[in-house]
Amino acid sequence: MESVVLSESASAARPKAEPPLPDEPLVVIKPSGSWVNLGLRDLWAYRELLYFLIWRDVKVRYKQAVLGILWVVLQPLLTTLILTIFLGKFARVPSDGLPYPVFVYAGLLPWTFFAAALTSSGNSLVGNSNLITKIYFPRMIIPAAAVGARLVDFGIGFLNLIGLMIYYRVGVAKSIVMLPLVVVLITLLALAVGMWATALNVKYRDVGVMLPVLIQLWMFASPVMYPSSIVPARLQWIYKLNPTTGILDGFRSALFGRGIDWTALGISTGFTIGLLVYSAYAFRRMEKNFADVV
Amino acid sequence: MKPIVKVEQLSKQYRIGARQGTNPTLRDMIVQTVRAPIKGFREKRRGENIWALKEVSFEINPGEVVGIIGRNGAGKSTLLKLLSRITEPSTGCIKLYGRIASLLEVGTGFHPELTGRENIYLNGAILGMKKTEIERKFDEIVAFSEIEEFLDTPVKHYSSGMYMRLAFAVAAHLEPEILLIDEVLAVGDAAFQNKCLGKMGEVAKHGRTVVFVSHQMGAIAQLCNKAMLMHKGSIAKEGDTQSVIDYYLNEVTNGTRGGYINTEPNKDITITEAQTLDSSGNTKTHFTHKEPIVIEIGCKINRWWPKSTLGFFVKDHRGRKIFTVNYPEWSRVGDNNKEVRVTAKIPVGLLVPGKYVFTIAVSIARVGVVDLAEDVLPITIIDGGSEFYAYEGGDYGCVFAECEWSS
Repeated sequence: MESVVLSESASAARPKAEPPLPDEPLVVIKPSGSWVNLGLRDLWAYRELLYFLIWRDVKVRYKQAVLGILWVVLQPLLTTLILTIFLGKFARVPSDGLPYPVFVYAGLLPWTFFAAALTSSGNSLVGNSNLITKIYFPRMIIPAAAVGARLVDFGIGFLNLIGLMIYYRVGVAKSIVMLPLVVVLITLLALAVGMWATALNVKYRDVGVMLPVLIQLWMFASPVMYPSSIVPARLQWIYKLNPTTGILDGFRSALFGRGIDWTALGISTGFTIGLLVYSAYAFRRMEKNFADVV
Repeated sequence: MKPIVKVEQLSKQYRIGARQGTNPTLRDMIVQTVRAPIKGFREKRRGENIWALKEVSFEINPGEVVGIIGRNGAGKSTLLKLLSRITEPSTGCIKLYGRIASLLEVGTGFHPELTGRENIYLNGAILGMKKTEIERKFDEIVAFSEIEEFLDTPVKHYSSGMYMRLAFAVAAHLEPEILLIDEVLAVGDAAFQNKCLGKMGEVAKHGRTVVFVSHQMGAIAQLCNKAMLMHKGSIAKEGDTQSVIDYYLNEVTNGTRGGYINTEPNKDITITEAQTLDSSGNTKTHFTHKEPIVIEIGCKINRWWPKSTLGFFVKDHRGRKIFTVNYPEWSRVGDNNKEVRVTAKIPVGLLVPGKYVFTIAVSIARVGVVDLAEDVLPITIIDGGSEFYAYEGGDYGCVFAECEWSS
């Protein structure tokens, strides 16, 4: 063992007296055991960094694309157009008595947000390896910022929805007060899955490859392009186990006053909270190896 | 006085070997799980554990400016990464009695698409500054960086000098109680480097504690009042800066009397020994500037690479590279399972008096290094009465040049 105690003479000659040091260390760095805490206090201390990283992502995205913000508006609108022609007109997919474009857009908007948030948070740690290997901050901020940046797109897309509703003369129901809750829920779900995926992606790069496939399949298993009412009654309970079913249905119901399916929403809420807690702990456990592996 | 940084029995273990450099994929993991019972533990043993840092303990008092020196792989960067919480120790602990900020790179998180103004905010936040703090110091940062006119230009259009200036300007305005710095001064033009050194000196005068890792002995010597020498994951020497630097240049070399010996020729081509000789073949480490210096290198070739080269470079005590040479006939002397001995004579009257170290390498151009003996064979060149005798100790350049004057 090498032990070095640097002598005090040099520092005694320093010109300015410093305020006394605290008796207890501010930070103790030691190997974490098998049980980790979530580090919420640290997370709170770095909340401004979360804001700046979201701001960076949004700014960079809109700066690089020539059409900037227009893409965010255009992409779901074009998808809506195609789906309306093929599914709405030709295949005659039911739409719960709403004009199909309004119906499908009200599903595509939250889904696009969810899918984009999941994709970018899932790749966020690997994409920010230059930060991870050079400086300390709670790593959870990285996937959280990726999700947060997509929330801005969602807000812009929502203006589209209002436009469509005005055009098709679809009224807003009183249950719209539930909408923020649904949006919080889908954001947390994206964060929960994204956080877990990005931590795994650091070690196993195939997660990043698998993610788009998974998202694609997930979309077909969720009420995005069709109403959940077309699923046969005896299979409804399985269908509702998919957490996005309750959320996407909840989004439409809150907006158009179709009566919220509390069971499905309850399942989604339970699933989201459970997964968020699990992901957060799993993330913290894997966190210590990020800088060495990424 | 109570220390502000307390490091106790700190160790860090890394796993190297088997899968170094590639990322394991899920497929690998699945395949391995299936194969594991068949292959037994053979697979496991291939991965090797190395201690990048082993049971290091030290304390730093408030206001001290400590330089950490050592060769590549000695554990300097690992120590800095542990102190800055980027990676977790394997055992031991660090106690910090003050706010800490680390600067392992200037411009961490700079985004090329964002403007200088935007990057100041972003980088400041990443370094741990509050928004109000950045706003308060904004003008000062801009003034320090000398890039006022380009503040609203994306940094991708900046010259590298401007980029570094802006990046350092942000970093220089951090106000932690403990500041960790890694090699950041190795960039930028000389004038700006001096400005940075000045700023850091100022930081130190304000009673802030600084830990500084560098290869630049000159910077360490100027800034630090304490130094630590790391060697193979432990602290080999600590004390006042000059004595540690002298010790580093003189003593921490492999083998005896300044020679280099590697008894494990496990590479394709291994540098097995090296030494400096005088013109009659005697081992020697102190020369006058009028004496020829002969460097003798022995290699064991296990597997011959026809495209390899053998060469070395010379560094002075400030870490400046003086020259690099390759042996032009190397491709003719090598063969599988052969031991080779080559000598090189450095021209008389080239190097000015001072202390030098050699780095010898066998490498393949554009592929990589086969073997490396870094910072070995320290030599001292004594002024044997040159025209610059009166300036001894002063810096009058790296080499003597024979110019043809006329009038």
